[in-house]
Amino acid sequence: MGAIAYTTRGLTKVYGDGHTAVHALRGVDLQVPEGEVVVLLGPSGSGKSTLLNILGGLDRPTEGTARFRDTELTGLNDRQLTRYRRDHIGFVFQFYNLMPSLTARENVELVTEIARDPLDPGAALDLVGLGARMDHFPAQLSGGEQQRVAIARAVAKQPDVLFCDEPTGALDSQTGRDVLAVLQRLNQSLGTTVMIVTHAASTAGMADRVIRFADGRITSDARNATKLDAAEIHW
Amino acid sequence: MSPLTRKLLRDLWRMKGQALAIALVIATGVMMTVMMTGLVESLSETRRAYYERYRLADIVAPVVRAPDRLAEAAARIDGVAAVQTRITGGALIDMPGRAVPIQAQALSLPDRGAARLNDIHLTAGQGLARAGDDDILLLQSFATAWGLGPGDTLSVTMNGARRELTVVGLAQSPEFLFTAAPGEMIADDSRYGVFWMRHGALAAVQDQQGAFNQVLVGLTRDADAEAVKDALDRLLDPYGATGAHGRDGQFSDIVITQEIAGLRSTAASVPPIFLAVAAFLLNIVVGRLVQAEREEIGLMKAFGYTDTEVSLHYLRLVLAIAVIGAALGCLFGIYAGYGMTDLYLKFFKFPFLVFRLDPASFVIGVGASILAASAGGMLVLRRVFALAPAEAMRPPAPADYSRTGRVGQAVLNLVDQPTRMVIRRLTRQPVRMAGSVIGIACGMALSSAMLTIFAAFDVTIENGFAVADRSHALVGFNRAVSEDTILALKRRPGVMRAEPMRQVPVILSNGRHEHRGAITGLPEGATLIRALSAELAEIEMRRDGLIVSQVLADKLHLAPGDTLRVDVREGRQPVLDLPVAAVATGFSGTPVYMELEALNRALDEPGRVSAAALLVDGAQAEALYAWLKDQPAVAGVAIKNEMRAALERMMDEGAGQTRFILGALAFVLTFGIVYNTARIALAERGRDLASLRVIGFTRGEAAYVLLGELAVVTLVAVPLGAALGHGVTQLLAAAYSSELYVIPALFAPAAQGQAALVVLSAALASGLLVKRDLDRADLVETLKTRE
Repeated sequence: MGAIAYTTRGLTKVYGDGHTAVHALRGVDLQVPEGEVVVLLGPSGSGKSTLLNILGGLDRPTEGTARFRDTELTGLNDRQLTRYRRDHIGFVFQFYNLMPSLTARENVELVTEIARDPLDPGAALDLVGLGARMDHFPAQLSGGEQQRVAIARAVAKQPDVLFCDEPTGALDSQTGRDVLAVLQRLNQSLGTTVMIVTHAASTAGMADRVIRFADGRITSDARNATKLDAAEIHW
Repeated sequence: MSPLTRKLLRDLWRMKGQALAIALVIATGVMMTVMMTGLVESLSETRRAYYERYRLADIVAPVVRAPDRLAEAAARIDGVAAVQTRITGGALIDMPGRAVPIQAQALSLPDRGAARLNDIHLTAGQGLARAGDDDILLLQSFATAWGLGPGDTLSVTMNGARRELTVVGLAQSPEFLFTAAPGEMIADDSRYGVFWMRHGALAAVQDQQGAFNQVLVGLTRDADAEAVKDALDRLLDPYGATGAHGRDGQFSDIVITQEIAGLRSTAASVPPIFLAVAAFLLNIVVGRLVQAEREEIGLMKAFGYTDTEVSLHYLRLVLAIAVIGAALGCLFGIYAGYGMTDLYLKFFKFPFLVFRLDPASFVIGVGASILAASAGGMLVLRRVFALAPAEAMRPPAPADYSRTGRVGQAVLNLVDQPTRMVIRRLTRQPVRMAGSVIGIACGMALSSAMLTIFAAFDVTIENGFAVADRSHALVGFNRAVSEDTILALKRRPGVMRAEPMRQVPVILSNGRHEHRGAITGLPEGATLIRALSAELAEIEMRRDGLIVSQVLADKLHLAPGDTLRVDVREGRQPVLDLPVAAVATGFSGTPVYMELEALNRALDEPGRVSAAALLVDGAQAEALYAWLKDQPAVAGVAIKNEMRAALERMMDEGAGQTRFILGALAFVLTFGIVYNTARIALAERGRDLASLRVIGFTRGEAAYVLLGELAVVTLVAVPLGAALGHGVTQLLAAAYSSELYVIPALFAPAAQGQAALVVLSAALASGLLVKRDLDRADLVETLKTRE
């Protein structure tokens, strides 16, 4: 096992208080080594997205600690969290979140302009197989193509960790497989740690490790003996 | 409560900031409509009732001295319903503690019975029925200004003789709704007096026994006023008639008519700007709401709501905002109307003035405002209608920017991605951006025009009182006197310089255009009172023609070289044809100048003067004025500083008051638009901005994308607003200018700068408000929302 990317201790997140309090996470302890593909599975409201948001620097825990390498995330202020996201993290969302006013290439450049050691935007788009359509606006791209631009945007800064929240949620199965294949290829070629949140259990086949969530707790944490190729996944 | 109504209320609550901003813009338009149409209605209706009740004459014909028997002849003229003859005369009131005497007018009332025309409204004390020869009724406003009442006595000089008169009552008169000393345009209750005496008593004083010097005429309903005036002039000509005139020749009526006309034109021109802006804002805000609620709309239609029912829901939202705005506007308008009514009562001496609204025009005005403002929102309803349920349930495609992408690629290559986002958004919806720009520019134009007009009032006062007229005091004589009087004045201690003037009443005509006024004769090389060109260069007095003020040249359609017919209404009353030698810029009134000697020659009265302009040594002024007070030939002394102070007071309190209100409203308008622009930009881009933050952009960098657009819109609006402001200034200057005073359409850089500052601070404040919301936005929540 290589170096550890994330370590959490007793991670707890409560939304609201009193009678209306919702416990999204109830004391999660976890270690994620660098370079792994981790799939977080679980029904809606099980806490998997909350964990992802905290590890991604978008949200703060109510209790407990989360450490990225040597940095205590819970101790960072707003500005430092922004810096952390900017330098280390790539995000891919269910609804792509592209800037409609920028072309595919410009969406990628949005990130490469502020990154420390970025890929060439063209190369990033080549990586997701969109080199030929880089001057198109989001409105001119299909859903799968938009998601691939989002992935290219996320990886172009060569992040240490790639967080994907339901990356295939809005896609048909073939397009979804293509997107997962891209993620797998990135993990293999760049060594990027990839954490995928999904409730599509079949995605788990491509992971090094599958963590299941229910009611804010980890209910199982298993390693796959053999990883499937993304193309072999069915759902 | 139906679920849709509840949704409506919650939607309104959610967008309360924007809804309130729009409602306030509507409220402003409605407020001005309600207040100004109400004031127009109140002033005209009260004036009509007052004139009718106290039988204000339709025609006044002054004459030097006509025998009483002519009254019957006048009554026989076709179209004449009533005739009242009377005696008027100038008087000087010597108030204790005041150096210069106060000019006043004495008027006669019939010895028996009420006046058939121009009756008075007794407000205190008793009438003249049992009064003695030295008893008078005093004009209420003058009495109030000096703290006088029944029982007090006044020392008055009339026809060269001093008498002690006893005030037995106070009165108001429709003839004196607005008073100012002759030759002055400035309301000042304390510096001009009016009193009434029994006819017999005044006749004795003015040497008018068995005669009169003024005929008042009331017309029948279908009378031809011009024909009656001509007939009166023919009848009275042998007795020194100076020409009959209607109410349009009566100072008090001119002033109030111009005030009403000014209110009417403002009411017609300014509120539509506010309503158009509100319509534009509602269009954008509701359009944005419908876009965001595609799913809900589709869902409602899928449930079986008809297109009409769904559209009606959004229509109710639009109407709710418009009606709230209109209701606020009505309340503000009525409140402001009452306030303005009190203010008007200070200037126009009505016995009563109640702010009232004509119900029909009120309903129509407010209804039209609601419709006009809602029109913008209603246009959006077509989209609600057109939306198919299935289409509405699909996630919206990203906004298509492909058609803007190629524009100015060379420029785009120079800028970073966030800047490209700003540029593309601006160019993608040029119509909407242009709307925001024009709206903000309108707000700025109103602000800058109001501020420029403030400055222009000051310029008028400064030019009129310090540049064109450099005298300290004007001394008027009872009649044209020998120019030796000027020499005598020059020898008085305290007089540093004295220059002669001659004022001659005339009727000027150019074809069918006619003006009743006076020619001012000034000596060549006069230094105290001067005619100035538009560039404020002195125009030398001419022997060969007249120098006509610009306002009069416009009124009579004159240009240099034209010939003007001058019907002199004094002395031997010659009719002269004189060329217009030059046009002078005017500041107040409608002066016409001519070289003094040439004027006297034309009148065949050499060496005559009727007034003197003085430069006075301040240390000896008191003594000089006290001496002047005792000179029988002196009809009055006008001290310039007093006139200036009165004018400034009037500018600040009267006509001037509306400037402050308009200035405040311009700010509301500007802020409303700027804030909405920022708010909508945030609503439309919340997700994009959250994505930027997630990617690693700082708050400042994300805010740049949002506020950059607002900054560009604002910066484009500022020069446009300056240009529009100059146009509005010209309209307002024309609206505020009258025969009483001329407001120039200046270009005032300071005013433009202040207006720009107003816009920029509105933008800054809106930017900060929106940025606060942006900073507060929960990244996770924003990203979960689909659009």
